[in-house]
Amino acid sequence: MAPRVGVVVFPGTNCEHDVASALALVGAEPTLLWHRDRSVGDADAVVVPGGFAHGDYLRAGALARFSPIMEAVSTFAAAGGSVVGICNGFQVLTEAGLLPGALQKNSTLRFMCAPVVVTVASDRSALTGGIPVGTELTLPVNNFDGSYVCDATVLDALRAEDRIVLRYADNPNGSIDDIAGICNEGRNVVGLMPHPERASSELIGSADGLVLLRSLLSVAVA
Amino acid sequence: MRFAAHVEVRLRPGIADPESATIERALPALGFDDVHELATGRSFRFEVEAESAESARARAEELADRLLANPVMEDATVSVSEPVLG
Repeated sequence: MAPRVGVVVFPGTNCEHDVASALALVGAEPTLLWHRDRSVGDADAVVVPGGFAHGDYLRAGALARFSPIMEAVSTFAAAGGSVVGICNGFQVLTEAGLLPGALQKNSTLRFMCAPVVVTVASDRSALTGGIPVGTELTLPVNNFDGSYVCDATVLDALRAEDRIVLRYADNPNGSIDDIAGICNEGRNVVGLMPHPERASSELIGSADGLVLLRSLLSVAVA
Repeated sequence: MRFAAHVEVRLRPGIADPESATIERALPALGFDDVHELATGRSFRFEVEAESAESARARAEELADRLLANPVMEDATVSVSEPVLG
């Protein structure tokens, strides 16, 4: 049976259909989950896609954690379910306390919309399981607040526990330690700024995102 | 009683602040080359229902810590005034 993936939609989310169609390309059965839903249903994995949840008012992702669906996502994550936050979804997961640290304004003070090269830094996460460390992937970034920041204690833990899952080959935004993506202690919650769903076909520049989405499905149903 | 609260949120020391740096770099062109250490922030004003100024302050601090500021990168300064009329 096709793995079922819940795709969370807040008011202001705008990547849900891209994520759903990229997931369908790799054999998943995506279902959109409205932010007022109180359950993730029978999902094998959950994706929090990009956009501007609740208008990004106050701070990117800050208000989304009050949406009822986030309690269901937290429960799903606590039970070991795979949860991936992409771009604004990463910001939502940090604000909700599912991932440490925060995303601040790019050091360039520019909204960045360009393909970047990221390197797989850990092959032990819900999104990178089975992908050899050092694999280079070309994925688009599309954000204003993409610079990862955390305190020294968190950074030490991320390094020591092999929880930095993706690094920029050429840091575009001032992210600490070139971090493009991290995972939680359980390795089942992953956040990343680049958009795998926008690298779903050579026709649009890269199909490297499918490598990550395939890994997500195989880990989720393993 | 209602107390007027003011919460000011600023980036913590050591957190890169490219916005403030950019503003400061533009100042000499306006003749403000005597201005230094510029910092931007956000200001929130609201009223809190409470029995005393101390409890109003505690509620305002709780709101600042839990929502208005992200403690990973921001500090909040909270002040509470005398009760407001009405």
